Amino acid sequence: MRLPCPLCGDRDRREFFYQGAAVTLDRPARDAGDAAWNDYLHNRDNPAGETRDLWHHEAGCGAWIVVHRNTVTHEVYGAELAQKAKA
Amino acid sequence: MRVQGKGLNANGAPLTFTFDGQEYQGREGDTLAAALLANGQRLVGRSFKYHRPRGILSAGSEEPNALVTLGEAAKQDPNIRATTQELFDGLEARSQNAWPSLKNDVMAVNDLMSPFLSAGFYYKTFMWPKAFWEKVYEPIIRRAAGLGALSGETNDDTYEKAFAHCDVLVIGAGPAGIMAALTAARAGLDVILADEDSRMGGRLLAETYDVDGQAGADWATQQIAELNAMENVRLMPRTTVAGAYDQGTYAALERVGHHRADRTGPRECFWRIVSKRSILCAGALERPIAFPNNDRPGIMTAGAVRSYLNRWGVAPGQAVTVFANNDDAHRTALDFIDAGVTVAGVIDSRDSAHALGDYPLFKGGQVIATKGRHGLTSITVEHSGGTEEIATDCLAMSGGWNPTVHLTCHMNGRPTWSDNIFSFVPTEGSVPNMSVAGAANGVFSTLGCLQDGIDTTQRVLVDLGVDAADVETPSAEDAPYRIEPLWQVEGKGRKWLDFQNDVTVKDIRLAALENFRSVEHMKRYTTQGMATDQGKNSNVAALAVLADATGRGIPETGTTTFRPPYSPVAIAAMGAGSQGHGFAPERLMTSHHATTSRGAPMIEAGLWYRPSYFPRSGEETWLDSCNREVTMVRGAVGVCDVSTLGKIDIQGPDAAAFLDFVYCNTFSTLKEKRVRYGLMLREDGHVMDDGTTACLGPNHYVMTTTTAAAGQVMRHLDWVSQALRPDLDVRFASVTEQWAQFAVAGPKSRDLLNTIFDDEIDNDSWPFMACGTVGISGVQGRLFRISFSGEHAYEIAVPARYGASLFGQLTAQAEAMGGGAYGMEALNVMRIEKGFITHAEIHGRTTAFDIGFDRMVSQKKDCIGNAPSRREGLLDPQREQLVGLKPIEADGKLTSGAHLFVEGADAVRLNSQGYVTSVCYSPTLGHDLGLAFLKDGPNRYGEHVILVDHLRDVRTLYEVCHPVFLDPEGELARG
Repeated sequence: MRLPCPLCGDRDRREFFYQGAAVTLDRPARDAGDAAWNDYLHNRDNPAGETRDLWHHEAGCGAWIVVHRNTVTHEVYGAELAQKAKA
Repeated sequence: MRVQGKGLNANGAPLTFTFDGQEYQGREGDTLAAALLANGQRLVGRSFKYHRPRGILSAGSEEPNALVTLGEAAKQDPNIRATTQELFDGLEARSQNAWPSLKNDVMAVNDLMSPFLSAGFYYKTFMWPKAFWEKVYEPIIRRAAGLGALSGETNDDTYEKAFAHCDVLVIGAGPAGIMAALTAARAGLDVILADEDSRMGGRLLAETYDVDGQAGADWATQQIAELNAMENVRLMPRTTVAGAYDQGTYAALERVGHHRADRTGPRECFWRIVSKRSILCAGALERPIAFPNNDRPGIMTAGAVRSYLNRWGVAPGQAVTVFANNDDAHRTALDFIDAGVTVAGVIDSRDSAHALGDYPLFKGGQVIATKGRHGLTSITVEHSGGTEEIATDCLAMSGGWNPTVHLTCHMNGRPTWSDNIFSFVPTEGSVPNMSVAGAANGVFSTLGCLQDGIDTTQRVLVDLGVDAADVETPSAEDAPYRIEPLWQVEGKGRKWLDFQNDVTVKDIRLAALENFRSVEHMKRYTTQGMATDQGKNSNVAALAVLADATGRGIPETGTTTFRPPYSPVAIAAMGAGSQGHGFAPERLMTSHHATTSRGAPMIEAGLWYRPSYFPRSGEETWLDSCNREVTMVRGAVGVCDVSTLGKIDIQGPDAAAFLDFVYCNTFSTLKEKRVRYGLMLREDGHVMDDGTTACLGPNHYVMTTTTAAAGQVMRHLDWVSQALRPDLDVRFASVTEQWAQFAVAGPKSRDLLNTIFDDEIDNDSWPFMACGTVGISGVQGRLFRISFSGEHAYEIAVPARYGASLFGQLTAQAEAMGGGAYGMEALNVMRIEKGFITHAEIHGRTTAFDIGFDRMVSQKKDCIGNAPSRREGLLDPQREQLVGLKPIEADGKLTSGAHLFVEGADAVRLNSQGYVTSVCYSPTLGHDLGLAFLKDGPNRYGEHVILVDHLRDVRTLYEVCHPVFLDPEGELARG
């Protein structure tokens, strides 16, 4: 499998570290309360289909990217830099 | 037997080889199977379960029977298919699964027991007693039934792995594959053409068909030469595409060295090929017919019999018979008559069959019996005119052809049943961006294959937005594929389906009778389709028998799951480069050579190698050395390489704000030339890592991490900087490899440093937690006055190229002052004496609160993990918290991992009060010490707890105390 790093182009997935759902881009405020923080830290959807998740191009440029892909067909639709992405 | 003037390698050089020790002659271009048949060697192996004598069945990688072992001792390669092994001079092959000899195999007694060894025999018989299964039954069964074996020795053969990229991957170089590759290549695309055979051409090498007015094999050779001359084409012969994966990725195994006598260089190369599009032109596999005793040596598939004659000039028999349900097999008779070999008869199960040449034809006929213990001598034929016995030493059978659909099913696809060819064809779209052409697609005439190769590829070009290629269709035969289904022939005797696993028609019926009616259950109950050939030529017929036995149609019965690899791939090829030192990268400190030359045993710390201790003469155990090193540091001075700690250089106007955000404590108040201890939390409020960060100058910091967490921290900093705080103007880079860093610890540490520094230092210029630059023989280094031992200590860093030299100087000076180098054991003892934590304590489940650092979590600012660290339950006094343990009993053992209980409580999980994380013997204090986590620990100093280690059978009474055992005020480090 290859992932389209926005800086490096298509690269083998072995160069990337997988983190998890891109919802962690939307970090709660410090005073958001335990419920918001618990949700942010622990609650995740388990989609059969399209998903956006975070990968770190660890053995490459070091960019964190958001990959838009499909967990059923394994299609990869695209990727953007986490720096510019929204959750 | 060779046939004069026949074979593509008729002029091949003579080669000498041995089989089971006997010497034979073969020809260059032969496979081992062709050479064996040329020498009349029909018996080549014994079957897996019944040790039945077996011969060569096929002429390709689907071969179930002719498995041999090549090579000796450590280099022994078992289960090599004689049908694909190319002959070389001096090749030595041995038969498998027979003892004492292939011809007289004592385990053939199993064959007489066959009425008791039917499907499910093991499950029914070896059920009890349970303990017997692993110790008694399985070893016996494994000895009796088996394929070839590895030597058990370490094999130093080399394997490779490689990557390739292309626009179009064409799999198979028969007529369809050649035209597909030509069409794509002439359109200017990057093409890889892979074929498992040593010579490209597919069935054109095995048939007598003409293409474009010349012999098919010659035509193929010309096209391959054209392809080979094109810059945009890579030909990969001897390369089996073994698996289809996501995004056009294919696994392929190239056999690099198996065909050469010279064993230098790699044996195999495991390829990952990434393609935009692929075209599967894998052809078709012929299936046998299940008639009584159809497994004798000399009974082969009809296409294979033709291959041996046309490609290698070998007649597998002197009186050939054919048994088939289709027109194609009649070509075998025609080719042998042309070659001057006797054809004793063609038995065709179809009443509508008619002879295509001058040979005896038995219409509506069936072979109902065979004779010949070690090789076929005659067959009994039942036909419309009666029953007769025909003398024959080679029976060419054909139940039809199965398209090689395997790769189309590797991503959950299922093939579709076709009533036109009575077999499965690929289901379109099963593998994204894969097209199928030729016989693999159920197109069987030569012209059909050539045309399908072109047409399929032209459609691919359209998809890719490439102009159509200029390709003309060559002229070729276009005979219809006439077939009527024939799956099994009734009669006395076993009708074999899976030759490799000894599965018969009766076994499949028994499975159905015992309600293993699902095809997946049938497979596991009977072993149909398992082992090295995965039932390539038997699965479809077995499905037909199962369908018949269960009263369902074949499409409803379905297929088992086709999984990669298509044919066996050595684990050594997939793991190429990972043996021995290749298993993982080794990171070596600049002091590595000096350390090992002092005899220090090295331990792994992540990928790093660090010294356990530095043994000196007279020391008998590691503990002797460790105790001496601790005493040496506390009494004089010690030197330790700490370069393995992660070092991250952080710069920028917002560097301080960034540190405030990633550390729970504050760094924006840190002054230049000062160092501060920092604690880093995960976002969930638990401790991630700790270390020191030094402020080297305005907006310039160097952070240290623990050795183990360096990669994780770097990734985390990237995350925080890019995703959470892109507003901060900060840049950072790992400089772990760029600096060699040494701890110099002990009361004489400053004296030692002053012997090598260009300018002397003192306590006023370098107080505790100071940092800055120093000169060492003109080299600019960095000095940090920090201590992990609790002693007056420093860490001195120099550019890595000076590391080895500095380590030499430091240790020499230390030894002159009554000190020396120390290793991880002493380092660990000293930090436990001081109650300093490592990842034994911050193991991922502990919070700042648990280790007594809660007040470090500044509430004046936000940071990673700040709010979650305040959540209910994470500040509960009943949490297990860091304490020290000191002994009450003189000889009581203290073990890491032991659990703590109150006196009198049962030592069971529910009563556990906590657990021990680090233990050591303290030569400074003269007794054992431990660090532990204990519920409400800080309020229980002075209490007694019982330490229980069920694994090592230890029960000891200990006293709970403060985790800092030595110099609690920290005066030594400041002195």
